[in-house]
Amino acid sequence: MSDVVKEKSMLMQKEMIARNYEAITSKHETGRKVSSTFVPGNLNELLMCFGIVNNLPEINAIQSGMRKVSGNYIQEAEKRGHSEDVCTYVKADIGQMSRGNIAPNGKPFPDPDVLLLSYTGCYTFMKWFELLREEYKCPTLMLHVPYQGDGHSTKTMRDYIVKQLKEVVIPGLEQVSGVKFDIDKLREFLRNSAKAEDDLVWCLEQGKIKPSPIDAYFGGVYYIGPIFTAFRGTTDAIEYYKALKAEVAERIRLKQGPTTPDGTPFNDQKYRLVVEGPPNWTNFREFWKMFYDEGAVVVASSYTKVGGLYDQGFRHDAENPLESLADYCLGCYTNLNLPSRVDLLTKYVEEYEADGLLTNSIKSCNSFSAGQLMMMKEVERRTGKPGAFVESDLVDPRYFSAANIKNRLESYFQMIEQKRRGSGKAA
Amino acid sequence: MSSTAEIVAQCQALYEDLDFTAARAWKAAKPGRKVVGFLPVYVPLEIIHAAGCLPLGIFGGGDSLEVIHGDAYYQSYICRIPRSTIELGVTKRLDFVDGMLFPFVCDVIRNLSGIWKMMFPNVWTKFFDTPQNFDATIGGSYYMKELDELREGLEKLVGHKVTDDDLRRSITLYNENRRLVREVYAFRAAKPWQAPTSEVYLLMRAGLMMDVAEHNQMLKDYMAAADKEDRPKRDNVRVAIYGSFCEQPPLNLIKSIEMAGCYVVEDDYALINRFLMSDVPTEGNPIEGLAMTYIKASVETSCKYVPKEEDKGMYHVQRVRETGAEGVIYATPSFCDPALLDRPMICHRLTEANIPYIAFKYAENSGQMQPIREQAGTFADSIKLWS
Ligand code: SF4
Ligand code: SF4
Repeated sequence: MSDVVKEKSMLMQKEMIARNYEAITSKHETGRKVSSTFVPGNLNELLMCFGIVNNLPEINAIQSGMRKVSGNYIQEAEKRGHSEDVCTYVKADIGQMSRGNIAPNGKPFPDPDVLLLSYTGCYTFMKWFELLREEYKCPTLMLHVPYQGDGHSTKTMRDYIVKQLKEVVIPGLEQVSGVKFDIDKLREFLRNSAKAEDDLVWCLEQGKIKPSPIDAYFGGVYYIGPIFTAFRGTTDAIEYYKALKAEVAERIRLKQGPTTPDGTPFNDQKYRLVVEGPPNWTNFREFWKMFYDEGAVVVASSYTKVGGLYDQGFRHDAENPLESLADYCLGCYTNLNLPSRVDLLTKYVEEYEADGLLTNSIKSCNSFSAGQLMMMKEVERRTGKPGAFVESDLVDPRYFSAANIKNRLESYFQMIEQKRRGSGKAA
Repeated sequence: MSSTAEIVAQCQALYEDLDFTAARAWKAAKPGRKVVGFLPVYVPLEIIHAAGCLPLGIFGGGDSLEVIHGDAYYQSYICRIPRSTIELGVTKRLDFVDGMLFPFVCDVIRNLSGIWKMMFPNVWTKFFDTPQNFDATIGGSYYMKELDELREGLEKLVGHKVTDDDLRRSITLYNENRRLVREVYAFRAAKPWQAPTSEVYLLMRAGLMMDVAEHNQMLKDYMAAADKEDRPKRDNVRVAIYGSFCEQPPLNLIKSIEMAGCYVVEDDYALINRFLMSDVPTEGNPIEGLAMTYIKASVETSCKYVPKEEDKGMYHVQRVRETGAEGVIYATPSFCDPALLDRPMICHRLTEANIPYIAFKYAENSGQMQPIREQAGTFADSIKLWS
């Protein structure tokens, strides 16, 4: 397969990621400390206050999935007694560790100095870091973020998180790094975050235009990269989102769709979809192609909200730094209860004038998957638009069945056509 | 006085009755009574009881329920308990239940709380979170507020206040229940041939479907009867079973393990009545008492974070020692993230402590017991051979 054609923002992001891996793998030379932490509810701005480099094992698993090495890692972990039933991110991580733990830049990952267990929206996180802690025997800082069971956060939850930040996380990071916490630094980083977040939201909202200048799922994983990972709070992220915004604006001007991996603008958009669930990474391009080949563009998705619902108004707030970190953690997509998720998806189908909701259900991920069938039916009922369901896995190639997915997609598009004919609308 | 067989038959009838006739009768006996269902693993039953409600354990559908609708709600790679619980709901078997509590155990039950809200909007449905920070001033004070919220929710449901004295009275009853439950388990560990797990299990499951005072009496009766009976002692090996804290195995699976030559002297089945390992103080603020007992004296299980690496799995090792188990059967529901993610860590600790173990998976509706009987039998033989 030829190389993916990259836009300027993609190249910028690639650079940023490479620099971060370099910072991680050179920690012994530079003396910088490294933390491992998770994407949802990650506290990048806080880590930056201590000069700690942020390593995200989920991102490493994605990288190994895209480089097609995750399958071997997973099998290695299963050989070592990890169940075939559990999240494959965990097994990709553990398998990679037992195979020399080589980073994408070819250098070995150093052991982390701290595991920052920001426990938001997914049960597996807790066990994942208990498993890593067993291996690394390094300090582990647990930040328990309560689930929004009643569909909203409460002052009790927020206070609990702030208290943990003040009494557990910050003192722990001070100890690991030897750096005193400076709240003004945090404020400065949060101001940077908010700027980048504004531009991200602008980009995501352009999915409302026809033809859509973005793909909010496959393209979306690139758009959210910097803000969800090790760059939120940096000036690099501000620059990245400025560049992304300029690219999207240019496509709007030219009435163009998003650029596909083969480098052509995807203009012939027949179907507009909202997608629920994470993508598959082992066959990412193949999966994407199944959509644009059929003329389907994704105009909004829930996956681009796992690291925060910025489009629903949340911004990091320099005036209330710790409270704003707490609100951020509380508001990540998988920390919302199912009625809230249904409300959000329904809103997307309506506001983005989509033809329906497509769910990619991930075998690994109960946090997303448990309840998706009911959610789909409910969104169908409320919007009157048909839904469809495909199944795959994140990084386990054994669970990607191209033929099955293709078949389902094709029948789904036929269903949309029928629905359109039925309601007398032109395609 | 009743014999063990009579008591166990009564328990088994309750356990098998998926129409919950007894709970329905309890509710109908007095106007205004409310029933509050709860799922595994832990909710503070004292508060439900103090509100005058019957806490009703909902542990899925077991192996006798035919799941017809539930499968349409869950993909094949999700465990059984949520789909059979939905089945119970859709088939109106739970139509008399006024409130449902979904405790924190994993993302499946967590998400099920939202499904319940959407499917049964007239039922008071609450996701019940327990803290994962075990510092009294952090997790403890958060948990006190959570418990207050639960109390307020129940007050709304029943339409009257739940006073501190109400709570203290209920705590006293549940302290007694915990003491008796511990006694039964200690009796089983001492004389497992007199109190087989297939009986003890039913005795405990039934307790989660009846009034606590009634169950206290039943526990006393059972122990007295079991002590009197003279049952043959076999040359069985003593095992502990872990990993079965949420979706429960079919009763036949427990029986199969026993028939394969194992005395189960320790387990984590329906853990709720041992979740708190000490009495809850009845003096002072009862909410604080409940909260701090959770913080300081609750069991180690997969739905809790273990703050220190060196403590991980040590609860299991200690319990194996205390109960004199010679090996561990780590038996988990298929697709159960909590049990399966924990399994390697717990098993490492068992290995370090030279405790042999085997592991297998089951589903609440598993039918074929032959492989399990063979596995457990081989395990028992190998323990006998090497000990
Ligand atoms: S279970 Fe889902 S949310 Fe959790 S780590 Fe795995 S993929 Fe991520
Ligand atoms: S059986 Fe395991 S995965 Fe299923 S609901 Fe219970 S704890 Fe969760």
